Amino acid sequence: MAELLGIPAPVLFGQLLLGLINGAFYAILSLGLAVIFGLLNIINFTHGAQYMMGAFTAWMLLNHLGLGYWWALLLAPLLVGFTGILIERLLLKRLAGLDHLYGLLLTFGLALVIQGLFRNEFGSTGLPYAIPPELRGGQNLGFMFLPNYRAWVVGVSLAVCLATWLVIEKTRLGSYLRAATENPTLVQAMGIDVPRMVTLTYGFGVALAAFAGVLAAPIYQVSPLMGADLIIVVFAVVVIGGMGSILGSIVTGFGLGVIEGLTKVFWPEASSTVIFVIMAIVLLLRPAGLFGRSG
Amino acid sequence: MRRSLLSAGAALLALSTAPAMADFTGGKVRIGVLNDQSSLYADITGQGSVVAARMAVEDFGSKVKGTPIEVTFADHQNKPDVGSNIARQWYDTDGVDVIVDVPTSSVALAINEIAREKNKVFLVSGAATSDLTGPKCSPNTVHWTYDTWALANGTGSAIVQTGGDSWFFLTADYAFGHALERDTEAVVLKSGGKVLGKVRHPLNTADFSSYLLQAQGSKAKIIGLANAGGDTINSIKQAAEFGIVAGGQNLAGLLVFISDVHGLGLQAAQGLIFTESFYWDLNDSTRAWSKRFAERMGGRMPTMVQAGVYAAVTHYLKALDALGSDADGKAVVAKMKETPTDDPLFGKGTIRKDGRKLHPMYLFEVKKPAESKGPWDYYKLKATIPADKAFRPLAEGNCPLAQ
Amino acid sequence: MAVGSEPAVLAPVAATGHGLRHQRLGIALLAALLAVAPLFLYPVFLMKVLCFALFACAFNLLIGYVGLLSFGHAAFFGTAAYAAGHAAKVWGLSPELAVLFATACSAALGLVFGWLAIRRQGIYFAMITLALAQMLYFFYLQAPFTGGEDGIQAIPRGRLLGLVDLSHDLAMYGVVLVVFLGGFLLIYRTIHSPFGQVLKAIRENEPRAVSLGYDTDRYKLAAFVLSAALSGLAGGTKAIVFQLASLTDVHWTMSGEVVLMALVGGLGTVFGPVVGAAVVVSLQNYLAGLGHWVTIVQGCIFVACVLAFRRGLVGELARLIRRPL
Repeated sequence: MAELLGIPAPVLFGQLLLGLINGAFYAILSLGLAVIFGLLNIINFTHGAQYMMGAFTAWMLLNHLGLGYWWALLLAPLLVGFTGILIERLLLKRLAGLDHLYGLLLTFGLALVIQGLFRNEFGSTGLPYAIPPELRGGQNLGFMFLPNYRAWVVGVSLAVCLATWLVIEKTRLGSYLRAATENPTLVQAMGIDVPRMVTLTYGFGVALAAFAGVLAAPIYQVSPLMGADLIIVVFAVVVIGGMGSILGSIVTGFGLGVIEGLTKVFWPEASSTVIFVIMAIVLLLRPAGLFGRSG
Repeated sequence: MRRSLLSAGAALLALSTAPAMADFTGGKVRIGVLNDQSSLYADITGQGSVVAARMAVEDFGSKVKGTPIEVTFADHQNKPDVGSNIARQWYDTDGVDVIVDVPTSSVALAINEIAREKNKVFLVSGAATSDLTGPKCSPNTVHWTYDTWALANGTGSAIVQTGGDSWFFLTADYAFGHALERDTEAVVLKSGGKVLGKVRHPLNTADFSSYLLQAQGSKAKIIGLANAGGDTINSIKQAAEFGIVAGGQNLAGLLVFISDVHGLGLQAAQGLIFTESFYWDLNDSTRAWSKRFAERMGGRMPTMVQAGVYAAVTHYLKALDALGSDADGKAVVAKMKETPTDDPLFGKGTIRKDGRKLHPMYLFEVKKPAESKGPWDYYKLKATIPADKAFRPLAEGNCPLAQ
Repeated sequence: MAVGSEPAVLAPVAATGHGLRHQRLGIALLAALLAVAPLFLYPVFLMKVLCFALFACAFNLLIGYVGLLSFGHAAFFGTAAYAAGHAAKVWGLSPELAVLFATACSAALGLVFGWLAIRRQGIYFAMITLALAQMLYFFYLQAPFTGGEDGIQAIPRGRLLGLVDLSHDLAMYGVVLVVFLGGFLLIYRTIHSPFGQVLKAIRENEPRAVSLGYDTDRYKLAAFVLSAALSGLAGGTKAIVFQLASLTDVHWTMSGEVVLMALVGGLGTVFGPVVGAAVVVSLQNYLAGLGHWVTIVQGCIFVACVLAFRRGLVGELARLIRRPL
């Protein structure tokens, strides 16, 4: 059997695929973060908590209303996205035009509150959520056993990311959005309701986080702290991709998933640090990120 | 000899200064429960430990020799500096005589030193590190519920004996993970097994599939999980997803609590083997106590750490009752060591010179969903490790008090 | 967009001669208060406040007076804690030498980090410092001498200059107070010196400072190293006081905590970080009794601060009395 870098090729393929799957989560989460940053200029530190809320909403829908995974995939992003809209209207709106730091601190404080409330209600250990029956089992690919659910995660994430990118880059709505990012006053003067667009954009970014949360519920434990550490990594992904760059966040999300996956084979201890090494190198060589425009 | 004369002298002195009256500092006995209330270990320790301590006080009659007993608590947030700051303040100015629980080894080790310096009492239930009764042992500390050596020993030797003789370790890249792995590896090798490989993952990893695939590739019969909390839960959950257990490999949890099993659900946790020192459904007295506990905790059954808090506080109060004083921490702990322990949760036992509480450890297997008769009916007892075999022999711990 | 692009919020009221007298009075008052504080408050708690206050002041020197938001300051604090702990415990150095060594280590580290980071601005500067600090965290996690998450425990307090036994809390408090006041005055002198004026010019408008002929990179680097060294002084002293150096000290949440302290007190104010540190440490201490409500209350305080006290407690007060504080 062929070997690459001292590792049998099949094992390496397996790890690459797993990396891609993890990258799917990074991609959806960083996409939401990038969309929000692009229009609101806010680094949404509540993102991890909102991802967690998505997973918990799925759990509550199942256990209180008997609505299964597929309903959750639809309803949880809507419900959590709605809470996002409330947050934007009530709190973030007041920060318009201020330094990044304040948005970051406010959303960080919110994350603490949300995580604390969920922990008081559900405990710190978390709750089980089963894989939907349609997606149980897996395929033997020869080089590895691929659970059907993971294959689904990659597929649906790619679809959502591509759809978002298309909407933003190719539609009229997207062009307003991009224009408002560049110059909100001008777009407002053209008769477009920019504040509403900002609110809906935040809601959409939050809904993406909740969507990722529902996707994660069957494979990761549904627990109040599941998003707490993730946010720093996802934020690093956005910075590497280029702040506010949609395509950058998607490509970097998948790419870093793969790099992290490889690190887990060669130097597992460093797998959570490698992302910061890459971030430091990228920022030193290409300050605006891989896909960002320097300005 | 000289020491015993000295302590006899001290006792005489204490008697002469406070003849018939009991001598309790501040006119109160204050018990401080210091643990994680808000993060990873809040379900294992947290408010449940506070409730357990309160129950111990109530069951004792809320008074020692007419002196009222109080329970106070705080959250150390798993940070050693926050924990040691609270401990110093409690001992120095708030009149706390004994600190109990303290999960997270780094915090427990810090408080171990403070209790020694200030000659107060420290009863450990939540922390795992066997160093507390090893090189860092202290005449002011009793380590009650479990330690890394006991877990490794119970799980490691029992599994090798039942045929699980080749191991692969999934280890949290942290001192406690390393300690669990080191102690278990030693037991596995000693029992005639072999270790085929190990992989160290960062703390709080969400995705274990990569590591599990490496474990699968090793063809080891047993995958030992030398991690804790959310890391253990996620590795077990994902092992089921990737068909690891269905493929004939077994998981051995080296640090698993009933709250983890509850959080996983039997579907994912079934078949898991691990060691604990307490289970609510062991006998009539554990069932009776746990039922009372659950009534006060919204239906949650106690973890072994919470049971340990109850038992340790009970024994501490007995020692105070016998001494009539809480002023000298060393004397209280010496009294605790001298008196055999007896409580409804751990039965009869003793505390060794190095501060190690001795009681049996139990090897449990998680039931299949079909075998479970109701909520919290999770464990099957596989083996009982007697008290004299369950913990590290005194001579091997390098504890200065044991020499 | 660079941090500090909101001068209306971040910048203090311009320091006038009148204001300076005010501040000197404030410093004398602060010193007097701190000297008698142990009569009323628990000295170990006060020492913790002072260590963090110095740390926050050092951090504030960068954000408040140069406009650079470092999100990796825990690296300097924690490095010094480990260095002091190792020097005092393993090498048996006396406490003053251990702390000096620790400060030197942090200054050297600050030189490296600063040299890399000052090439970038605003949020990118913050992210580079975060990335470097995370890499350092990984190093300390792996390095055997740090003892993993158990940290370096039971660091001896020792005897100051071989004479004063520091195991007594009040003696230790005296030392910490001197260290704090020394660091505080050094920062105060720096921001009112010609060097400090250039820093403020860079914060307000870097291109203009360049066009005036200043080598702004050199000034920024000097400020960065000074801030790192003073953070190290705080971290080393903390390790001696608490006899403990652990991963908590280098974790990114520690970097976040110092941002919070400076913000609560007031960025770019002289006294703000001290007040902020006192508030945050007291909260940590007294909220601990709230058990599982701690993080929720903390979060609410963050939100309230950002919405209602954006200038920080001292900043709002300064606006009220129209004097820089």
